[in-house]
Amino acid sequence: MSAKNANAKRDSSSIPSGPGAAAILATGIGSFALAVLTVAADKSVPVKNLLAIYKPTGALSGVTTAAIVVWLAAWAILEWRWQKKTIQLKPINVVALVLLGLSLLLTFPPLGDLL
Amino acid sequence: MEITTRSLWTLIHGMGFGALYLLAGSGAIAFLYQRFSTYVAASASPGRDRLLGIYLAVMAALAWLTVLTGTYIIYPWYRATPPKGTTSLGAYPRSLLLSNPATSQWHLIGMEWKEHVAWLVPIVITTAAVVVIRYGRDLKYHPQLRIALYGLIVLSLFAAGVAGFFGAMLDKSAPVEGGQTIQLVQGEKQ
Repeated sequence: MSAKNANAKRDSSSIPSGPGAAAILATGIGSFALAVLTVAADKSVPVKNLLAIYKPTGALSGVTTAAIVVWLAAWAILEWRWQKKTIQLKPINVVALVLLGLSLLLTFPPLGDLL
Repeated sequence: MEITTRSLWTLIHGMGFGALYLLAGSGAIAFLYQRFSTYVAASASPGRDRLLGIYLAVMAALAWLTVLTGTYIIYPWYRATPPKGTTSLGAYPRSLLLSNPATSQWHLIGMEWKEHVAWLVPIVITTAAVVVIRYGRDLKYHPQLRIALYGLIVLSLFAAGVAGFFGAMLDKSAPVEGGQTIQLVQGEKQ
């Protein structure tokens, strides 16, 4: 089999990178939303009260619920846009990694308090 | 030998779901490495791909169970406000920790980080599970996606490790206790 034929077979049998890229990027976006909401609830009493959708758990209930909504919405939108597309995964990975790294840092209280 | 219902829930949350997740995490990295390195030899079997997907899906279920029991069952007991005039803060771990400068940082850094960073775990591992289940053998055509999977699993392990470490330390400093007492084994007077 020639290299050209092998590539053609590979292209026809593989799922495009779009859905994977959508999943990875949405994870970064959802995680970053969690971190931003955590800091916002810590800094602002009105935001904290707004996010306390389940009183015994306080703002944590709203922070996590809203972050999950953002994550799933971002995933659905990106999936819809990229479902059949081939997306360069390297830049997506870098952006997602940066967002996930920032999420880890921002949820760490001594760093979140600096903002 | 007896245990309170609140202690039992902390055990289920931490020693059950949480510890199982951490144990499974290192297995997932080894599984991924073994799985993806065999793609080079083009001898990957579909059964093993399915198994990897199931393995990650079980990890995702454990992660969700851990954060949901932690947030909605144990955390309300932990952060409950003691009634005015309460002198013994044993049943109010958050207040107990904050009442002493030597322990307050366990709450202000430990719990504050743990309660949020833990929620990154189910988000991240669910994505990894869905990607593996969806792509299956096609992952061999996407090296960048495989790199992302490694990254997601390592990150989820780090976040779960942070949550687990602070969970254990908080439980040593101010355990969540109370509720009904469950008699496990009746002993004899010595």
